[in-house]
Amino acid sequence: LSESSIHLAWLPPKADWAAALEGARKSAPEEALRAFLGLANCRLDFAQTTRLDRAVQQTPDAARKKVLSGRPLRLALLGSCTLTHLIPGIRVGGLRRGLWVEIYEAPYGMYRQELQDPSSGLHAFKPDVVLLSLDAQHLVGAADASVDEAFGTIKDCWSLAKQSLGCTILQQTVLPVFHPLLGNNEHRHIHSPATRVRVLNEQIRQAADAQGVEILALDAFACVDGIAEWHDEALWHRSKQEIHPRVSHVFGDQVGRLLAAIRGRSSKCLVLDLDNTLWGGVIGDDGMAGIALGQGNAVGEAHLAFQRYALELSRRGVILAVCSKNDEANALEPFERHPEMLLRKQDIACFVANWDDKATNLRRIAQRLNIGLDSLVFADDNPFERDLIRQELPEVGVPELPEDPAGYAACIAAAGYFESLAITTEDQERTSQYRANAEREQLRESVTDMAAYLGGLRMELRCAPFDEIGLPRIVQLINKTNQFNLTTRRYTQPEVSAVMADSRALHLQLRLLDRFGDNGIIALIIGRLNTQQELEIDTWLMSCRVLGRQVEAATLNVIGRRARQMGAKALLGSYIPSAKNAMVKEHYPKLGFTLLRTENEQTSWRLPLEGFEEAPVLMNIVEGIS
Amino acid sequence: MNTDQIYSQLTDIFRDVFEDQTIVPAPTLSAKDVPEWDSLNHINLIVAIEARFKIKFKTAELESLRDVGQLVDVITKKLNKT
Repeated sequence: LSESSIHLAWLPPKADWAAALEGARKSAPEEALRAFLGLANCRLDFAQTTRLDRAVQQTPDAARKKVLSGRPLRLALLGSCTLTHLIPGIRVGGLRRGLWVEIYEAPYGMYRQELQDPSSGLHAFKPDVVLLSLDAQHLVGAADASVDEAFGTIKDCWSLAKQSLGCTILQQTVLPVFHPLLGNNEHRHIHSPATRVRVLNEQIRQAADAQGVEILALDAFACVDGIAEWHDEALWHRSKQEIHPRVSHVFGDQVGRLLAAIRGRSSKCLVLDLDNTLWGGVIGDDGMAGIALGQGNAVGEAHLAFQRYALELSRRGVILAVCSKNDEANALEPFERHPEMLLRKQDIACFVANWDDKATNLRRIAQRLNIGLDSLVFADDNPFERDLIRQELPEVGVPELPEDPAGYAACIAAAGYFESLAITTEDQERTSQYRANAEREQLRESVTDMAAYLGGLRMELRCAPFDEIGLPRIVQLINKTNQFNLTTRRYTQPEVSAVMADSRALHLQLRLLDRFGDNGIIALIIGRLNTQQELEIDTWLMSCRVLGRQVEAATLNVIGRRARQMGAKALLGSYIPSAKNAMVKEHYPKLGFTLLRTENEQTSWRLPLEGFEEAPVLMNIVEGIS
Repeated sequence: MNTDQIYSQLTDIFRDVFEDQTIVPAPTLSAKDVPEWDSLNHINLIVAIEARFKIKFKTAELESLRDVGQLVDVITKKLNKT
């Protein structure tokens, strides 16, 4: 392995990589693609990444559809310098996350023309996402260049892309390639190229939020390795490659994780081992006084710093769980009584400590939290346990933690498992929501009469059309919800905005409150009136947190009311089976819809609104969301 | 490292970059003999050689390269310096 492979340090090295690639190429297409997926999740350098990509591109469509869920993502690369060498890394970065990326590269330097010309290859390609990758020389390198002009160019590109393509925009920040003229106080020289890059990047970031543009923070992540690792002036002169080929796979991984986040595929839950992960030593052997944790001991401080990182992740919406081979009482003791522990019992949404194997326990955790195994990241210091999980549950993210606990946080941060486009209020309150759910479970166990239980919850369902404030959460739910999702249609932010602007569309967000707290936005509806004045329900999804609480019936009441106001004579619903949504197969018949037809396991249903009566539900339905 | 060893390492690199398990980098071999040897793969080849031998080519050295023999001469010179 060459030195540059240290860049993907969270992935496990594979000694016989080339032989494994050859072996995979010789197998049947589906099996081969599964093997490629495994190889993409090994520690690769740029040359291996290119080789893997070549092999992967031979995959027939049929095999691709069978192995990878979801439609391919169409990415257009628009740039001002050579970008061709970045393509294999981007495709492998997507594949690493189960995403098939199709790439269109605009002709060299033609980004403005391609955006402006409706007959361009870019328009014909119909991208889901455009990546604007403009180099520093082009933007602010000229002697008379101005930041305002460069920023104007970028904003023009954004509005052209928005108007004519309606796709998600990724804007790469400018790589700080210029040498200082003053030195430490460079910022005082406002016309220096280095200062222009810094100011331009600030302006891009500020404007991106307001414009709904996502940032690819090249300036930030290239600095982690050092600009010299990312940019070589000799290579710039030779081939106009601003980004060095030796880090093209690292660049591609960053793009891949952003694309995965756009598709709602980021991980949701960090599962933590205890002994030698959250503290030094073995609690069962060393006891409370013997474990290394906290101030005054370098190893103890390193573990504490890792706890702090985990805690900060949980405060921005990542769910924490524990999976430990221990007696439960021993495992819990530090959480309850150790004065240096930062993580407390209430920070952990699901605590599993027993002697079963960890694959079984991870399945258990996913089930209890009602999330997919592919939403889990498993942090364990023990190479044996990590290998076991990679073998048994390849969909779980398993970072190759370094031997020194001081590097745990850096390793998980570098892997980008929890890449997120926005932070919503729900994210910040997720831990308390999961805790409240556990309390509800307890109440349910103590009350045998279901009606009395539901009545006792004092539920209030608030409903409103989609709005700008709720948009990030709405897009997140559309892309993340797998189980209670009748059609599993995924939409990007621009697509949802288009629904909001459509006068024949019905769109609803629903929030559920009860005596234990606010569950946040828990259900979404998108429907459209057809020419026969029937309301076709395009999307009906709900968070599994609120299952069994009559929210489905209450939602139908709301839909019925709104649909009548729009002049609808009937509701049409359909169920499209996926790998994960079997739970809603009988959703429409349960609500009184009648079957229209069955095609390829896909069912269509109808409910006339004439004579429709709202079902009695044990909650108040309130207009308005906040 | 002697010339044979350099050629042996180069064989690995050439087979990786051009994805051709039969290619043998002989002294007279040049870009016009290998269909896959385009400008992009040329950069990949140079970057791979720099990484494997832990050397760095000068811009002028690369400008004057005509065939594999000259490439090996430059590599040899650089390895002897360090």
